[in-house]
Amino acid sequence: MSLVARHLEEAGIPTVVIGSAQDIVETCGVSRMIFVDYPLGNPCGKPGDTAEQRFVAEEALRLLTTAVGPRMTYRLPLEWGSDDWRPNYMHVGADNLADLQAAGEARRASQAAAREAGVTWQGDDEG
Amino acid sequence: MSAAQNTPQTHRRVVSYIDKSREYYAANGYDQPYRWASYDTVPFEPWGDRDLSQARIGVVTTTYPKGDEFKSKPAYAYAADPIPESMYTSYLSWDKDATHTDDVGSFLPLAVLEQLADEGVTGRPSPRFYGAFTAYSQRRTAEDAAEILAWAREDQVDAMLLVAL
Repeated sequence: MSLVARHLEEAGIPTVVIGSAQDIVETCGVSRMIFVDYPLGNPCGKPGDTAEQRFVAEEALRLLTTAVGPRMTYRLPLEWGSDDWRPNYMHVGADNLADLQAAGEARRASQAAAREAGVTWQGDDEG
Repeated sequence: MSAAQNTPQTHRRVVSYIDKSREYYAANGYDQPYRWASYDTVPFEPWGDRDLSQARIGVVTTTYPKGDEFKSKPAYAYAADPIPESMYTSYLSWDKDATHTDDVGSFLPLAVLEQLADEGVTGRPSPRFYGAFTAYSQRRTAEDAAEILAWAREDQVDAMLLVAL
């Protein structure tokens, strides 16, 4: 997504990236970022909270019009309400190492089988 | 307003997804860590003297409308009216334990942009929103970016909000 923002910006269209993975966006490097420190999934505000969603959009427009140079990240003063998700997401520990290794092996086997069968896109259940 | 409270931490509190995903996929047995895009220089288009109340704002998402034509995950431009009631998000990496994506407003700010336009804060938003696949292929993303730029020009978009799920 950051690469798309950079491409538009180079073409003269000002951009704002709204996201929750601050390190990925900043490592790539974009002109403007609204950072919402939430679990991945709701960077525009909590589900059902239209006032907060409006706040995020308004702040994005404010950053759009006032940024003085590239790499401006504005971390919004929003709190998810709990920090439990931080260690839980993509957790790796003694308790699940064997499961993760097995899941990785199963995935590689299924990908190898698909390649063998000449399938390039396996599709998905939805969409 | 609650009183400011200090909660001392031993590690940085903001999650590093680069660290997390590297460790996670290593634990899955993948030996080559993903190499994230990283640039020394960053393009910047200043807002200048543009008029926000006349500006046409567009939105780019990594999510997909539901439908067979999107199964192969092409870059796309899609009518913003009516606002989709739901979007396909399950192919993406997001925190499926901590939250959900049942409210499209939590990741696709189309309704709020309509509202801000009604109030005269911005011009009418772009009639279409745009989608790009978040592939682990930077070449593929570059192709999607070129298509989205062409659609943005067609739709005379003045500024773009890009929302990474």
